[in-house]
Amino acid sequence: METKYINKSGIEQWFNAIVSSGKRVFAPVNSRGQVDFKPVKKLSEVADEYIQTTQSIKASVYPKAEVLFSYEKVNGKVNLTDFDPESVAETVLWKVHPCDAAGFKPLSAIFNWDTADKLHNAHLVKTSVISFSCAAADESCFCTSVNGSPGNTAGSDIQLTMLPDGGAIAEILTFKGETLVALMPNVFEADKGEKKEKYLVDLPTRFNLEEVNAKLNKAFNSTVWKEQSERCLGCGACAFVCPTCACFDIQEDAHGSKGRRIRCWDACGFAMFTLHTSGHNPREHQSQRWRQRILHKFSYMPERLSVVGCTGCGRCSRACPVDMNILEHITSIAKQ
Amino acid sequence: MKKLRDRAAELLSQGVVSLVIGYEEGTKRPRPLFCRNSEGAEKLIFDSHCFHNLAVYITKKELVGKERFAVTAPISTLRSIMQLYVENQLSEEKLLVITVDLSGELREFTTFDEIAAYVAQFELKRGEREQEILSKIEGMTREERWKFWMEEMSHCFKCYACRSACPLCYCSKCVVEVNRPQWINPWPAPLANMEWHINRAMHMVGRCTACGACGDACPVGIPVDLITRKMMEDLAPEFGYVPGQPAKQGNALSSWKLDDREQFIR
Repeated sequence: METKYINKSGIEQWFNAIVSSGKRVFAPVNSRGQVDFKPVKKLSEVADEYIQTTQSIKASVYPKAEVLFSYEKVNGKVNLTDFDPESVAETVLWKVHPCDAAGFKPLSAIFNWDTADKLHNAHLVKTSVISFSCAAADESCFCTSVNGSPGNTAGSDIQLTMLPDGGAIAEILTFKGETLVALMPNVFEADKGEKKEKYLVDLPTRFNLEEVNAKLNKAFNSTVWKEQSERCLGCGACAFVCPTCACFDIQEDAHGSKGRRIRCWDACGFAMFTLHTSGHNPREHQSQRWRQRILHKFSYMPERLSVVGCTGCGRCSRACPVDMNILEHITSIAKQ
Repeated sequence: MKKLRDRAAELLSQGVVSLVIGYEEGTKRPRPLFCRNSEGAEKLIFDSHCFHNLAVYITKKELVGKERFAVTAPISTLRSIMQLYVENQLSEEKLLVITVDLSGELREFTTFDEIAAYVAQFELKRGEREQEILSKIEGMTREERWKFWMEEMSHCFKCYACRSACPLCYCSKCVVEVNRPQWINPWPAPLANMEWHINRAMHMVGRCTACGACGDACPVGIPVDLITRKMMEDLAPEFGYVPGQPAKQGNALSSWKLDDREQFIR
């Protein structure tokens, strides 16, 4: 780990060097009234004024739909074409928030909890993360309550903290980060000794994670799930914008004697998610599905994977059509 | 507001209804509220910012149960209630509908005829947003429109918030979930997304009451509500009904008449 200073024009030169290196660069872009990660070629395309992208960066390492394998039957013989990790392009994620970068750990914990997931890992290996610490937050943000912070470097290869002069403090955190710096090392100057904390938004903690965890351990049969979830519509908006939600479905794209097997996003909030072929549904009611969502993130994952399944990005609260505000709900559980 | 809270508390304490579905203050804007006692009724609000379509909840059996319940309903919700009634999804015995009229007075409807008469006073107009986007789309060529919608639909990730927020999407099994045969590819991809949205639109023709709940719910900002709205506007004069008023003669694409002027249908 090494800290450097990079000035305004240096940032642009370095960004251009990354693009010229042939790597795909994804960054937040403002279009259609929303800011979301898109492929970019120029720094001027990158959005400036926003608190949070609508969607997380999750899709870069866990695509919305991805082909597991394809097959074709020719003269009675089946030809299988497996997913090829080499087909994944080298990718740089630019201007990721710390809460998104922190999401890679829980996401990978899920995808590797028993059998290592070849697809997810192939994306991860080819992905470098350049995060920007947060100078602003809104009322939905709560990273500091879930082991994060506006300057959290977990999951980042490099973190930039923007300075008033347009330059930045650059924390080079990993070997991947060093590789990116090596694309244009001369723009990285000696650290000027500026304290990064001075430029971070002050975000007080809203609840105590251990307290919430202890409450949840006894809450399985609580009436709180029904009370909180009555207005829940059972859509997948919260899950799909979440940086750590990993539920998926396997679908068949079959055309006669050939086809593809596709993994695509799913959500535990959908009634169909746990519906058995017999017609029985172990999570018949929305309250049970809401309970699953909360317990999975705040109880099962910490217990089984030693990582909280929430990074406090607040996207679910912003995306929910009926204001199922996760911060409000977790805070109320903590107070029970 | 006080009148509404008092009346809701009264209805609940007297056992007239076991549940009042209304609005409460949310973290950013009003949100749906389910009150089962007078304490809950104290949180009720009703103003011009209350635009969630609460009719979406009244066909959910696990929520409303078997007993009589009440729902507070602005005009858009009243329109949906009428449409649900036309489609035989509601009964007068179970539902008490409350609204606050333009003079601020509480009004209660116990029959659907009363609601129809009340709704008939209100003309369904395009709002500023609808007018702006629809006039832009109306000015496009067919190719430009296709391009516009393909680009919009490419952002869809199939969270189905549009379906979940729609009071008229009450099917227990949606066409997109049917897999024998699989009519629509269920994964998100530009064409597969278009398949879903065309299907959704076709199922809404002559039924949509233009409440805008689907467009409001879309987390990625696709104006999906304008598809069904435009179809309703175009179709209404052809089939002799007024947009936003219940289709008493049946839904345009699911009714059939011997004296239809079109030959192909006979």
